[in-house]
Amino acid sequence: MNLSTPKGLVLLVLFMFAFGFMLVPLYDVICEVTGLNGKTAGQYEGELTSEKSEKSRQITMQFVVNKNANLPWDFAPDVAQMTLATGERKQTTFGVTNTYDHAVIAQAVPSVSPFEAAEYLHKIECFCFEQQPLEAGEHKDMPLVFFVDPDMPEHITKLTLSYTLFDVTNSTQPASDPHKVKKVGN
Amino acid sequence: MSETLTIDDHDHHDHGPAKGLLRWVFTTNHKDIGTLYLVFSLIMFFIGGMMAFVIRAELFQPGMQLVDPNFFNQMTTMHGLIMVFGAVMPGFVGLANWQIPLMVGAPDMALPRMNNWSFWILPFAFAMLLSTLFMDGGAPNFGWTFYAPLSTTYAPPSVTFFIFAIHMMGISSIMGAMNIIVTLFNMRAPGMGLMQMPMFAWSWLITAFLLVAVMPVLAAVVTMMLMDIHFATSFFSAAGGGDPVLFQHIFWFFGHPEVYIMILPAFGVVSQIIPTFARKKLFGYHSMVYATIAIALLSLIVWAHHMFTVGMPIAGQLFFMFSTLLIAVPTGVKVFNWVATMFKGSMTFETPMLFAVGFVILFTVGGFSGIMLAIAPIDFQYQDTYFVVAHFHYVLVPGAVFGIVAGVYYWLPKWTGKMYDESLGKLHFWLSFIGLNVTFFPMHFVGLAGMPRRIPDYALQFTDFNMMASLGAFLFGTSQLIFVYLIIKTVRSGKVAEASPWEGAEGLEWTLPTPLPYHTFTTPPVFESK
Repeated sequence: MNLSTPKGLVLLVLFMFAFGFMLVPLYDVICEVTGLNGKTAGQYEGELTSEKSEKSRQITMQFVVNKNANLPWDFAPDVAQMTLATGERKQTTFGVTNTYDHAVIAQAVPSVSPFEAAEYLHKIECFCFEQQPLEAGEHKDMPLVFFVDPDMPEHITKLTLSYTLFDVTNSTQPASDPHKVKKVGN
Repeated sequence: MSETLTIDDHDHHDHGPAKGLLRWVFTTNHKDIGTLYLVFSLIMFFIGGMMAFVIRAELFQPGMQLVDPNFFNQMTTMHGLIMVFGAVMPGFVGLANWQIPLMVGAPDMALPRMNNWSFWILPFAFAMLLSTLFMDGGAPNFGWTFYAPLSTTYAPPSVTFFIFAIHMMGISSIMGAMNIIVTLFNMRAPGMGLMQMPMFAWSWLITAFLLVAVMPVLAAVVTMMLMDIHFATSFFSAAGGGDPVLFQHIFWFFGHPEVYIMILPAFGVVSQIIPTFARKKLFGYHSMVYATIAIALLSLIVWAHHMFTVGMPIAGQLFFMFSTLLIAVPTGVKVFNWVATMFKGSMTFETPMLFAVGFVILFTVGGFSGIMLAIAPIDFQYQDTYFVVAHFHYVLVPGAVFGIVAGVYYWLPKWTGKMYDESLGKLHFWLSFIGLNVTFFPMHFVGLAGMPRRIPDYALQFTDFNMMASLGAFLFGTSQLIFVYLIIKTVRSGKVAEASPWEGAEGLEWTLPTPLPYHTFTTPPVFESK
């Protein structure tokens, strides 16, 4: 690329424009690798080994919810706080009621604090992996199955898992697009 | 080609500009286009200034006085956008258009037709941006940094016009920058190596590369906004798996180099002026060049210091804090060199020199508050307060704006062939100097005390300093009318200037006759390096 000619410079401009868009996946990758932003990974597919379980210790897990843009839905965790051992598999539920008089599609987006803990929280099953259709007035108990990796640094004794619920009914993105749904669960 | 040129020379000997107003529309002459840019920049400076008047009038007293909060937000947003993209950047491109061919001995810019285009996009872009003020829902009101989701989910409908205006401004700047790079690489006078270029040319070469590198990223980020708003993508919407923080990263990847784009050409102007009036060679030319390159490269890796409070890991905060503090080193080299150039020089203080010395002193004040803001734990307290406003106005007003004004005073006798009124120029300087300090210095105090920026109301205890700032702003703003009057007076009735009106001035531009012919250096000059 000869940068003293218009041709070379135009190529540089095009490259930098593309680079701007490349920052998007790059950002996702960095967030995933470092657990920045408290982004949790998708469905956990690994095995829990017994060797790991020996390092088990007690931690506190808190669940909080946010409703984006002050949606009038009822959305709350059934258990606000629990103590569990690392490596221990736990199940809990979150209840949601659609208080609108029409059907909606909801999407929950998770976030973990402190963010260093995000990569140690393994979700085996989560309602956030999929968009949740809700009929008018429908109540749903949405399950979450997870365990906390015993490798989590010692100084983290309390984890907060937060879910923000969004109304994605009007979003024209196809709900059946598997790639999109998978990405949402990240 | 050479044949046509010879014939041209024969037919009309002095080959002046075309007649009529359309001359300005079709012109490809670097001097005409430079004038167009500078006049445009001045008009935008006054439009943006009037918005600042509205802001300062509202903030004169606590409580809601004149405008409603939404309109206040539109004013802060448009003031920022217009000053950055309409006043400062075109101002420097105007200086470059006038001066770069004259200083490196080129007959014109390398791509004159593109030069015309890059200017004439601007009036349309800004007409579009300003028209949003009259639209339903009003103009953009999300701050000049247009953070998502304020600028996507919660934006007024006019945001689409804003996006396309930004695209057009970006295209214009990129073309202007490409033109400067190609000119400087290919059209220097024989014998002028890169390391013999005047500092103004060097500063602009580096600035132009920054522009070409980061304006496309700005284009990318506004394109993503456009897609989020109209095509249901979710780049910045958490509901769809995107992330609003990503917006800030991409924006500041452009935004931080952008602040150097606005200041490096001013460094260049000052590096031309100080040696002239100190009657000494510029101290440490080579270190000046390398320091400028170092600033430009560092500017590409420090962006996240604008967003320390988004929740970054400690390692990230340390990285961005230390790399930012590192910028103080090359900047310190430059300030040292300017002071060393003045040291033991036989200095005189004509208007350009006053503005240049004012630049060095007040830009350094802005630099110091920048160092305070760069320290992550301290920034947590200062984030989004008036301290930040004070900081960036100190680097932009007595920095970028003084740089442009100093350059205009310095080269005006060459451009117009007439001498400006020195006492009027000095009056302009002193009123500006006092006005801007009265405006922006108290902002440090209210900022440290916790007054947030972009809010039309404030707590009672900030009243005195805000009144002071408003009075200073009215003084600074109205004294710019002196500048306009002075330029008109110079053009219409100034005394005829000598070819080299400044005693200590060196450089190819001063070897040309005054009044300047419409075409210069049609035969390349012989450049002797000293």
